[in-house]
Amino acid sequence: MRFAVSLLTVLGIASIIGTVLKQNEPYENYIIKFGQFWFNFFETLGLYDVYHTGWFLVILLFLVLSTSLCIYRNSPLMIREWRAFKEHVTEKSLNAFSHQVTFKSSASLENTKQQLGLFLQAKGFKYKVRKHNDGSELIAAKAGTHQRLGYIFTHVAMVVILFGGLLDGNLPFKVQEMLGLKRIETLDIPESKVPAISRLSTSNPSFRANMTLPEGTSDNVAFVRVRDGYLVQELPFRVALKDFRIEHYATGQPKSFESDIVITDPELKAPITKTISVNHPLTYKGIAIYQSDFQDGGTKLNFKVWNLLSTDLQPQTLNGAIFQKGSLGNGADALTVEYNDFRKFNIINLSPDGRGKPHNVGPNVTYKLRDAQGQAKEYVNYMQPLQIDGKHYFLAGMRETVQEDFRYLRIPVDDDLTLNGFMRFRATMLDASKYPEIAHRMASTAIPNNKNAAVNKQFEDSVQQLMRTFAQGGYNQLAKVIEKNVPENDRVVAAQTYIKMIHLAAFEAYNMSLVANKKPELVNNADTQALVQDSLNAFSDMFFYGTPYFLQLDQFEHKQASGLQLTKSPGEKWVYLGSILLVLGIFSMMYIRERRIWLLLNPDGQQVHFAMSSNRKNLDFEQEFNLYREQLKGLLA
Amino acid sequence: MNTNMLDYQSKSLLQRLNWQDWLYAIILVAGSIFAYTKYAKYMDIYETGFLFGAMVLFSYLGWQWKSLGKLVLGVGLVSLFSISLYHGDQARATQVFLLKFLISSQSAIMWMNVLFVLAMTTYWFALYKRSVFAGSVATALTWSAALMGFVGLMVRWYESYLIAPDVGHIPISNLYEVFILFCLITALLYLHYEQRFNTKQLGGFVLLVVNAAVGFILWYTFDRHANNIQPLVPALQSYWMKIHVPANFVGYGSFSLAAMVASAYLLASKNVLVSRLPALDVLDDLMYKAIAVGFAFFTIATILGAMWAAEAWGGYWSWDPKETWALIVWLNYAAWLHLRMVKGLRGPVLAWWALIGLIVTTFAFLGVNMFLSGLHSYGTL
Ligand code: HEM
Repeated sequence: MRFAVSLLTVLGIASIIGTVLKQNEPYENYIIKFGQFWFNFFETLGLYDVYHTGWFLVILLFLVLSTSLCIYRNSPLMIREWRAFKEHVTEKSLNAFSHQVTFKSSASLENTKQQLGLFLQAKGFKYKVRKHNDGSELIAAKAGTHQRLGYIFTHVAMVVILFGGLLDGNLPFKVQEMLGLKRIETLDIPESKVPAISRLSTSNPSFRANMTLPEGTSDNVAFVRVRDGYLVQELPFRVALKDFRIEHYATGQPKSFESDIVITDPELKAPITKTISVNHPLTYKGIAIYQSDFQDGGTKLNFKVWNLLSTDLQPQTLNGAIFQKGSLGNGADALTVEYNDFRKFNIINLSPDGRGKPHNVGPNVTYKLRDAQGQAKEYVNYMQPLQIDGKHYFLAGMRETVQEDFRYLRIPVDDDLTLNGFMRFRATMLDASKYPEIAHRMASTAIPNNKNAAVNKQFEDSVQQLMRTFAQGGYNQLAKVIEKNVPENDRVVAAQTYIKMIHLAAFEAYNMSLVANKKPELVNNADTQALVQDSLNAFSDMFFYGTPYFLQLDQFEHKQASGLQLTKSPGEKWVYLGSILLVLGIFSMMYIRERRIWLLLNPDGQQVHFAMSSNRKNLDFEQEFNLYREQLKGLLA
Repeated sequence: MNTNMLDYQSKSLLQRLNWQDWLYAIILVAGSIFAYTKYAKYMDIYETGFLFGAMVLFSYLGWQWKSLGKLVLGVGLVSLFSISLYHGDQARATQVFLLKFLISSQSAIMWMNVLFVLAMTTYWFALYKRSVFAGSVATALTWSAALMGFVGLMVRWYESYLIAPDVGHIPISNLYEVFILFCLITALLYLHYEQRFNTKQLGGFVLLVVNAAVGFILWYTFDRHANNIQPLVPALQSYWMKIHVPANFVGYGSFSLAAMVASAYLLASKNVLVSRLPALDVLDDLMYKAIAVGFAFFTIATILGAMWAAEAWGGYWSWDPKETWALIVWLNYAAWLHLRMVKGLRGPVLAWWALIGLIVTTFAFLGVNMFLSGLHSYGTL
């Protein structure tokens, strides 16, 4: 018992660790979190997959043994107690009971005995009568002894459940791994290249494996994740995915995930076609197939590629597909594009206080740009403009490592809700040949009646100078220049002046880009001021985007992949059987109360010694004893 | 000596029933058939089973405990009346006077909150003044709170279908809803023991934990607007939810009740309030009974959860944090029962343990959702 309790305590603590430390994460995450030393230490202890470590399984095994031993030791007693009437107690031992009383009676022995028998029957007691040599008779009665079976049921249930659990655990693999018969594969190689030592055959009795099927494909293997690697589980049939669907509620939240799958097997006359969904799996050959998740299945993508830092007005085109690679640029600056993920629906809460309703903001694509040195930055671009604080922007996020949050470039939309307005503005701002005109337009609006050519020239020169600086790196570059050339005390004023000027210049640049495109100029009002300011901010942030290439998602052909989980768990039946036993056992242990009554009748029947006991002395028992005492007194009087 | 033995025989349940009991059962049968004919198209075979199972269960419970039968009828009547006022239009919840101020789901739940606060205050007042009358008022307030709370849930169930038929679901699917369920079940468990042990002194203690939950509901409503009805994520669209969650909350409710009784026990054993509280052995017995009930239901709930997981996640046990914490809670109370049964331990140690057990239980119930992530998707703050 003490041993069992210690085991349970260790089990409890281990379980808690397993819930606090997120299990089965990619190992890099743990390294980043703990540092190399602690990472190694925790790995040795198996803390990244506590519930499947050897020591955890050993504890469970010991628990089975210790509980079995407990059953083995206590059951004979329990069964004896269950059956026995204990008709061998003596007068002396009755006297030692805490609940006993002696009544006088006037009736004959036979009569009293009969009455008492009826009384016990009415109370639901079974009894046995034993005659003593001196003529006295003992009635030994019992009720609720099934409680004792409850003990056996409960504890056998524990053993049965743990046994079932061990059947479904990975004990066989652990043993094979220890003997060097199996090894996990840690390299990302095609399934067909995985060596036999990392493959589990179709005769593997229990597993829990995953499989990702793009629409229109089929497969007959699944993968079992183990620590930082995997095993290939071969299946005795082939699963094909015809179609995967996500349905949405009117609010945009997902309502259902469904896969139309087809199972083919030489042993089958006709393939099995079935739609599975969350909560509705399909079981074939003892293997249950569940809808577990979904991902992209190689969506085809068409991009417009803008070179942000050039004066080009026309984007290039680029085609690709998720999980494939493409390239941008050439020579030493060439970049590899890795298309990582496409999501058709993105349910986001964009309200500033986070309290509004989340809604669907449309597709986005995630990709990486990797340079010749192998350094990569990750990007996420939304296809449609998102509404933020009442205005629409195209969002393009960038981060350098997965631990960071994305930082977003917010590009304001033009009147047609497209990017083009900004792109033309940007080209104008970068195009030095446009600066004289910008400066001139600015001069004529800022100092309209000035006849002094020298002042005008000076003003226009400084605008052009400012433009050149800004085109090299936005506000940041401006700040650097101010820091270098302006005495510290004047910097704030200078900065304010420059910012005002660059804003005015940007207004003119925007108008020029409109005129060049045969569009009406902006009317000067708060909205257009805000548009120009947002465009300027985007322009300035462009220099932090980490690449001149802006990939605008133009079109896509959606292809999804369904994530299936396949499990074979021969222990399930045992676990359920154990569960039934457990419930029966617990209820009988707690709601059946074992009570025993002895009535010792004197040879002449003139005196009855009444004693009562229970293995659980509580208030109910006290009340029952008091009731019987009064009733018996009345009965015998 | 010729006494009739029938006097000593305790009557069986069926023998004890009178015409009111039968009428009650007939009303439940009629109500279930009515509900079935009206809503059969939304129910699968299991849910039909649950409907009639609930009919049998509530008939039985109502026969065993008459007050509960009255509550069932009251909840049914008020809910039907409220629903009839909607005319199938959700907007009327804020337009019709009775709905707006009394029995729309939101108002009824607010009334529940208010009544629980009043009930607790009255229980403490009654304890302080040793007032029998105040005690009865407190009991009445608690019953009313339960009535309003259940009405609120029933009407919320109906309202969810008004939003859209595919959004409709039983209101036990997120933290907001299960907190209401928790308040109601804990209160009912308490009321049951209040009658059985014929003591009103513990009301203030038990309602402490209920009112803590009320505080949470209020914060959750006003700060997080969690009272809005959300559609169900795919994993929760299962008939299992209808039995797994209530079973769990009978467990949580009982454990909380036990912990509050334990706190009364600890006070009394230190001679605080001892003249006003029930005797120590009564408190001890009550604590044991509550834990026994909680343990049984928690076992069932965990088993049901495992069966559901087998259907939804592909395995009956995934060591998901919620599952694991359920196991820890379960082991904790198994240890408690062992100490009491096998070692015969009694007294303050077990009371302390029951009280600390509440912290473990609360963590399993709430902390896991707040601090840990996992497959259980029904509620994050
Ligand atoms: C796997 C872990 C175990 C669990 C979950 C477990 C569970 C339980 C439960 C729920 C009870 C019922 C308490 C009650 O009557 O209300 C109980 C009683 C009992 N258990 Fe265990 N048990 C375990 C292991 C053991 C072990 C290893 C022993 C061996 C010494 C043991 C001995 C007993 C005894 C003697 C009783 C009291 C039976 C009675 O008097 O009616 N248990 N157990």
